[in-house]
Amino acid sequence: MAEQHFLEVRHLGKRFDTDHGELTVFDDVSFGLDKGEFVCIIGHSGCGKSTILNVLAGLDSPSGGEVYMAGKEVRGPSLERGVVFQNYSLLPWRSALSNVEFGVRARFPGWGKAKVREHSLRYLHMVGLKDGAEHRKPAALSGGMRQRVSIARAFATQPQLLLLDEPFGALDALTRGTIQDELLRICAETHQTVFMITHDVDEAILLADRILLMTNGPFARVAESVKVSIERPRDRTTIVHDPGYYPIRTHLVDFLVSRSRELSERDDAVRDAGHAREVRAEAMAPVEVDPAADARAEAAGLVRAQGPDPHAPPPLKAVNGN
Amino acid sequence: MLQSINARAVLVSLVLLVVTLGLWQLSHTSSEADTEMTEYERLMGGAEPQAKVPPPSEIIGLAAKELSNPFYDAGPNDKGIGIQLGYSIYRVLTGFGLAALVAIPLGFLIGMSPLMYKALNPFIQILKPISPLAWMPLALFIIKDSEASSIFVIFICSIWPMLINTAFGVAGVRKDWVNVARTHELTPMNTAFQVILPAAAPTILTGMRISIGIAWLVIVAAEMLVGGTGIGYYVWNEWNNLDLTSVIFSILMIGLVGMLLDMALATATRFVQYQE
Ligand SMILES: Nc1ncnc2c1ncn2[C@@H]1O[C@H](COP(=O)(O)OP(=O)(O)O)[C@@H](O)[C@H]1O
Ligand SMILES: [Mg+2]
Repeated sequence: MAEQHFLEVRHLGKRFDTDHGELTVFDDVSFGLDKGEFVCIIGHSGCGKSTILNVLAGLDSPSGGEVYMAGKEVRGPSLERGVVFQNYSLLPWRSALSNVEFGVRARFPGWGKAKVREHSLRYLHMVGLKDGAEHRKPAALSGGMRQRVSIARAFATQPQLLLLDEPFGALDALTRGTIQDELLRICAETHQTVFMITHDVDEAILLADRILLMTNGPFARVAESVKVSIERPRDRTTIVHDPGYYPIRTHLVDFLVSRSRELSERDDAVRDAGHAREVRAEAMAPVEVDPAADARAEAAGLVRAQGPDPHAPPPLKAVNGN
Repeated sequence: MLQSINARAVLVSLVLLVVTLGLWQLSHTSSEADTEMTEYERLMGGAEPQAKVPPPSEIIGLAAKELSNPFYDAGPNDKGIGIQLGYSIYRVLTGFGLAALVAIPLGFLIGMSPLMYKALNPFIQILKPISPLAWMPLALFIIKDSEASSIFVIFICSIWPMLINTAFGVAGVRKDWVNVARTHELTPMNTAFQVILPAAAPTILTGMRISIGIAWLVIVAAEMLVGGTGIGYYVWNEWNNLDLTSVIFSILMIGLVGMLLDMALATATRFVQYQE
């Protein structure tokens, strides 16, 4: 990896000691994020997405590898990395406004009371919380409202990187749609760098510039980085008519249905052959694909570069050559 | 529906009260009506043959008299009920307050640190089941002051529920909330006061409520033991005077004050309660 990304994840590994012995969730995850990018990560449940996010947040430490943000190693939690959890993580004894103020005060300790309030209210209004809802406690708010407060808190602290762990997973489809729209709009306004976990393929295509695909665990890895070449601004209702939409969607679904498993089985075979790290080291950077551009090229009558399966040979060849 | 349940409950309570008091009063007057003295009683000079439990009317009369002037002070053995209760409340609140000052920070420490929990647990387990009154001789010997000794006994009996509940509440704070503090780079002090304390407050206050209840139970016994002042001493003194009317009256006052103390803590608990 020659060029430095804003966020650099290198050879990240995480092992847990469990009752049934050691569990290696992943042992070599590498990828990068550029400033202003919106990147989603998709993978089957249990492959280690949340674990990666917690390491990026600094809440959990990796068993191996390192994470750099803006050239500095991530060694613990920081206000530069805002986190939105699936379960909202609001403090239930504080009102919605007070929850946002909590974040703002932590971020800008020098600010006066009035300024903190004004700033917090601005972000609450930005996510559509008004008309008295901002003074209610989380228990008196719907799931969607709570997640809006959580998002407002994260944006109000103006982090350099925003980490979202399945933020809409617990919401009904309708609410999810409107909050997705709001997130899309706010990100367009603020050029926020975002790393988001989701299990919803359509959500990922709507929001992301790039989608990382993870193989199944244990020993999961980020196998592909799928570029979403669909123009912005995007709109939930019209995006499906974009010619690039279905090529991307098909690619993602294919990965989830079969390739995620096939790749992890292939990895297992390599590992069983006794050549874990050194063999795969070169193949660790995710393979970059751009299904939408490929589809456009095909439609334009160009012959698609039908190279060998980008995932296949190096490891096995290396094994044989040993 | 609820309204009518409440109304009906009040009605039933009143009926029960009136019936009980009525029967009590009646049993008394009927036995009094039976004034025909036996030979033996006449020989005994017509004195009351046996100390009878006084009727409610007498107790109400005494209550009216005592409560109309609760703070009179006519020497060591004749003080108003208000003064006696005041002494007891003062001792309970002092001992309880000192216990809170020790138990809550210590409980924080135990709740935050599994090591301290394991290290202190054996001591807590041994000290907790000791009857607070068992400390009294030792306290009197070391402190040499009956006042301070009874405060010490209150201190020792109120400390355990607060200590255990604080540790329990602090250890049980949801990890998500601690993570919120961590991602916002809160200092340990701010984390303790802005996240852990409010999160554990309902549990801590429940411990305080249990403590004050126990303290109020214990102070009566402690004052019976050391004497001098206080409602416990008062009850014992009236018993020695064979003034059962006063004994029953002060029993009722003990119950009343205990209820008020409990209600105060219950209100405070409601104040810090939150819904997840
Ligand atoms: N504290 C832990 N101890 C043991 N195993 C864990 C722990 N946290 C996560 N795991 C395991 O790590 C794997 C990845 O978990 P996670 O990152 O939550 O997956 P995902 O978010 O992709 O669904 C799972 O198999 C999970 O059981
Ligand atoms: Mg997860």
